[in-house]
Formats: sequence, structure tokens, C-alpha cells
Amino acid sequence: MANPPNKPLFPHRHLLGIEGLSAQDIEILLDLAEAAVEVSRQVEKKRTTLRGRTLINLFFEASTRTQSSFELAGKRLGADVMNMSVAASSVKKGETLLDTAVTLNAMRPDIIVVRHARAGAVHLLAKKVDCAVVNAGDGAHEHPTQALLDALTIRRNKGRIEGLTVAICGDILHSRVARSNILLLSALGARPRVVGPSTLLPPGIERMGVDVFHDMRAGLEGADIVMMLRLQRERMRGGYIPSAKEYFRFFGLDEAKLKLAKPDALVMHPGPMNRGVEIDSSVADGERSLIREQVEMGVAVRIAVLEALARHLPNG
Amino acid sequence: MDESEFHVKQASASSHPSSSSIAHKPLALINARLIDPAALDEKAGGVLIVDGLIREFGSAVTLANLPAHARIIDCSGDCVAPGLIDMRAFIGEPGAEHRETIATATWAAAAGGVTTILARPDTIPPVDEPAVVDFLLRRARDTGRVRVLPSAALTSGLDGAEIAEIGLLQQAGAVAFSDGARSIRNARVLRRVMQYARDFDALVIHHAEDPDLAAEGVMNEGEFASRLGLAGTPREAEAIMLDRDIRLVNLTGARYHAALVTTALSLDIVAKAKSDGLPVTCATSINHLTLNENDIGDYRTFLKLAPPLRGEEERRALVAGLASGLIDAIVSDHNPQDVETKRLPFTEAEDGAIGLETMLSAGLRLVHSGEISLGRLIAAMTIRPAEILRLPQGRLKIGAPADIIRFDPDEPFVVDPAKLHSRCKNTPFDEARMEGKVKLTLIAGEVVYEAE
Repeated sequence: MANPPNKPLFPHRHLLGIEGLSAQDIEILLDLAEAAVEVSRQVEKKRTTLRGRTLINLFFEASTRTQSSFELAGKRLGADVMNMSVAASSVKKGETLLDTAVTLNAMRPDIIVVRHARAGAVHLLAKKVDCAVVNAGDGAHEHPTQALLDALTIRRNKGRIEGLTVAICGDILHSRVARSNILLLSALGARPRVVGPSTLLPPGIERMGVDVFHDMRAGLEGADIVMMLRLQRERMRGGYIPSAKEYFRFFGLDEAKLKLAKPDALVMHPGPMNRGVEIDSSVADGERSLIREQVEMGVAVRIAVLEALARHLPNG
Repeated sequence: MDESEFHVKQASASSHPSSSSIAHKPLALINARLIDPAALDEKAGGVLIVDGLIREFGSAVTLANLPAHARIIDCSGDCVAPGLIDMRAFIGEPGAEHRETIATATWAAAAGGVTTILARPDTIPPVDEPAVVDFLLRRARDTGRVRVLPSAALTSGLDGAEIAEIGLLQQAGAVAFSDGARSIRNARVLRRVMQYARDFDALVIHHAEDPDLAAEGVMNEGEFASRLGLAGTPREAEAIMLDRDIRLVNLTGARYHAALVTTALSLDIVAKAKSDGLPVTCATSINHLTLNENDIGDYRTFLKLAPPLRGEEERRALVAGLASGLIDAIVSDHNPQDVETKRLPFTEAEDGAIGLETMLSAGLRLVHSGEISLGRLIAAMTIRPAEILRLPQGRLKIGAPADIIRFDPDEPFVVDPAKLHSRCKNTPFDEARMEGKVKLTLIAGEVVYEAE
């Protein structure tokens, strides 16, 4: 698909985070993704933008939907896609990560998509390779394609992002999704707020430009979008919150709490969901849920990101 | 005690404190010295009680201007004050009914002028799930003579590792949170507990005594312990943990109450915290205010406490702290222990002393000796605990629940353990001469105790 005439190009070589992107950069990616949605809905989904190019999915941390989504995006653009899942236990930090980078670089890939359990690991790797790098999640730092797909989903359903109140609820502390979303939503003029127990909120989060709520009832009031986050199983017992039962009672999204948001509020979740912990099934599967649409937008956004970066590749 | 007699008395009083349906005549206590803890002073007058609430109080309440059908009690110059609120008592249930029951503890309380008890959560099982809170509330309703408020655990199983279900426990009726006599060793755990409690605006009550530093100690560290050949607990065991706690309060913003402070070091820490504007309060026990380590004498295990009784200088510092208002509350630290756990070598004996029934009389010693004013003593047992726990009781205020006591501050008596109502008799005031006896205790305007 050709870039529409007179539209600026995405100016970055890598996509390491939402941080550093301008509102215009984000709009470029969302517009590209919008077009990719249409292509993905046709019978003939294949294009040639990345024909002859090599895409490596380098996942140091297990992932189903993100990895398959990038794989599908790469294939729809005609790239050769290689998936490398590196068990976390076999790879230590620092030197070994760089060794891996150097080894991969020697294979002359064009784009590497990286997920790593440590914040900053993807940035470190990007410095050591010659190809384009896409951050598919680094620790509790950023997950830019998730934020982009969330934004696309919101834009398609609400017609805009600017001015919307978006309540991001749950385990903000460990969430890269939350950080990327806060940055993106702020950049596009939305009003993100975070809702959760203090134990699951990063200290100083209010200085990232969000309103902070510890009481979900207050936090949902006036929200256009309710974005629930996953609570990792190992964090449910005692360390951060007392129990899954108490968490659901006070911070789980059910019909009663959703009533406190705007009447036309929509519900999102990056998946995978813990039903009955952070979200009730009736809400997750209800008519105000955008959760399945988010997955579809995930492929479109990854196509858009790969396309945008392809323009900077040598001989691109 | 005679069991059959006990049950008769119990039955007659069991409708307290929850009943409000019965239509009562107005009740007037007249010709009294009214102790107003909000004003820290007293004046002559009376209290008029209608429908379980204080309708009027002060000098205007006299025989001349009462409702025609009012029941009148002439106090003959005795003191009348709000009922006492005790923020720290172990009441046996569930799991230690051989030591105490809600029935016996609240009987002792009523006889001692205590109208509200904050029950310690370190029972068997501990109060760490909503069902136990519910159990306590029901038992108190059915068998209690005075109000019993549950406190619930800060950490699950009181293990100091995982946050307890503070939100659900609060909804079930827990009014404060503590791990009882246990201190939370791990600062990260306490930090998260405080963060979480802050979100629910829950009061964190902590027993600050470093378990590693206190370790083998069985009494206050110092010359006297060394002479007795007993291992001591330094004052720093309390101060170090209290200091850490205050820093975590500063970090988290939690409402914090030091369950028991017993040393001048601790008072300095609390004074600093308060002057910094932190939401910090503290209590000390009636034992630490009126006894010192020398009272242990010949290895008297009834005076083995945790934290231990300190030296006379520390006791004086506590009294000064009480007089200045630095110490917010006085607790009984009621802890019934039976013969099996107390008639042992000092080192092996359990900590703890009963105190519900004698706390007012013991406190009056400080008044009689001129160390503190009666108003200050009563305030630390009524309005200050009420403010900390956010209760409507503990004050002379129009519309407040009429939990009222009448006492003669001068009536002399000798403490006879056999006559105390607690199931256990481990009083440190065994055979002590005291002045000041409770004559009448009212809960919501109803008599729950009347001296013979």
C-alpha cells in the first residue's frame, strides 16, 4: 500500500517505545494500521512490502498472541519470518544478551522484534545490531504496539482519542502496557487515569500526568474507556494484595462497577484475562467489550509498524 | 465465681449493648462531678439520658428541671464520665475460652467502667478472615455486657508475610488492624501493608518490639535484671522498630497507632512524628504508668509483661508524656493467663496481666499522687481512643451514645483477685490498696453494672 501523497513519513528507524514519538508519529502509524485492517479483511491478504526481507521474532519471554501477531503481520507483508524463543533460564542478562545480538546481526536480518523480561534490554540490543528493532515488550517498561492497537481500537469505536477519559485499572506497577498507554493517550490529548491499590501503583506515577485513584468507584466515574490489566497469578497472594477474592471485590470489573462509568463506556483488556479476578465474564463477553477487536487490531498495527520501518531499510 | 449466679446476671444483661427497641424512661444522673474529657476539666451537674443518647448534660441538669417521668439517680457528688474505651485487651474468644470469654471479659470491663473493648486479633484462629469478625460480633451481641469491637489481622495468619484481607475484614466490621502482640519484622511487608491500609483508610496498630533484639529478654535490661540473673530486653528493641515504623508512615501515609510505648526513647520518636504532622498516635498501658521493674520483686510472674516494665525514670517519662498529651491513650493490655502459664519460673512464664477491672482505679493512683489531672486521665481512656477509632462514644456530647460511668474517686478498697470477674486472676495489683471504685456502668443508658 502506498503512503498517501503529501503525508509525512514515520521518521524513526526503530520502534522502541511510545516515549519519543510525537502525536504526528503516532497518527501516521494509526492511519497505516487503519488501512491494514481493510487489507486483512480481504480474501487476498498478502502484500509485497517486505518481500525478500528477513524478520526475526526474538522472544526471551513466552508470548502467544504478540508473537503470533507479529508473525502473521510479517507474513502478510511477504517477509521471511523466523521465530526464536529463548527460554529465560538459558539466557542471563548483559553479556549473553549482547552475544545473542551479535550472532543474530551476523545473519543479516532486516527487522528484529524483541521481547525481554528486563526493562531496557531491547534498547541495549538495538545499539548492537544494524537492523531495525521493534520492542514487543521489555519488562515493566514499554509495550508500544499494544498501546497503538489499543489506540486504534478506541479511535475506531469512539471516533477520536482526544478528550476521552481512559481509566487504566489494576496492576500498573508491573505493567508495560500501562506505561505505553499513558504516554500514548497523553500525547494524543486523552485524559488517562490509573486505578488500583497503592501496592500496585508505581511511586510518583501522578507525575506522569495521570490522575490516581485507589477507590475504583471514584476512578470509573466519568470514564469513556475502562482498560483492565492482567494481574499475574504469583502476585495475587499476599505480597501486593491480600487475595484474589478481595481483589475482585474491590478492583475487579463487574457490571455494578461498570455502571459507574459513562453509559457508553467501553471495556478493554490486553489479555490474557483472569476471569473472576480482574474482570467478570459477563463484562468481558458483554456488548461493551472491545477485547476481541483488540486482537484483530493487533495484527493491523504490527503490519503498520513493519511497513513504517521498512521505508528506512537499506534499498527500501 | 459461682456459675449459676453468673448465668442469671448474664441473662439479665444480655440485651446490651445492641438493644434499642425497648422504650425506656428518661434517666437522669444528678448531683455529680461531671468529667468532660473534651475540655479536660470538670464541673458540677448532671446528665440526662433519653432513648439511650445523651440529651443534655451540665449544670442545667438538676432535680428542678427534669422530665416528670424521668428515673433519677442522685450521684451524691460522685464523678460521672463517659465510659472507658480500652484499645487493647485479649478476650479469649475464639480459641482460648479457658483463659477468658467475652462474657467474663465484658463483665470485668463493666465492673471496671470500661464500656468499649477493642479485642486483640491474635486468637485461635486469628481474626484474619471476615467470618471470624462476624463470629465475634455475634458472640459479643449474644454474651457481652459491654461493646466489643473486633480488630483484625494486618497479615494473614499473623505471620508477618502476606497482607490480610483488610478491605473485606473492614466491611465485616473490623474497626482497626493489628497483629496483636506480634511485630512485623519485614519492613517491605509492613510498607505494603501500610500502603494497602491507607487506601482503605484503615488504622494500623502495631506492637513495636524488635523480636531479634528482644530475643531472650524476659524483663527490662539493666541492673535489676542482672541482679535477678534474668535476660533483659533493651529499650532500643522498642525504639528501633518504632523509628522504622514512623519512617514507613512517612513513606506511605498510613494512619498508625503504636500499641504500647514504654520508654522515653519512644516518646521522643512519637513527639518528632507528631511535630512533623504525621498521622501517628500512641498508647501506653496502665501497668507501665503505675508500676516499674522493681515491682517484679521476688520473681513475680504476674508482672512479667511485653514490653517489660521499665525503670522508674521511664515510668515518670510516661506519666509526663500522658500529662502533656503526647501519649494519646491508656490501655489495660488485659491479658488473662492461668495458673499453668504463670506458676512457672519467671523465664518460662507467659507475659501478661489482667487489667480491665482495675485500670481506672490504678489510674486514679496517679491522680491522687498529683502526677496528672483527673481530666487528663479520663481523656486518655475515653475521648482520645474514641477519636483514634472514630467512635461516637467516649465523650459528653448531646446526641452521643449514653455510655456513662459513675465512680467515687476516693473510695478505698483492697484488690481481692477472687472477687475480680475475669476468668483468670493474674493481676499485678494483687492485694494492692486502691482508692476509687466504679459504682455504675451504663451502655446506651442501660445499667450493665451496679456496685453492691
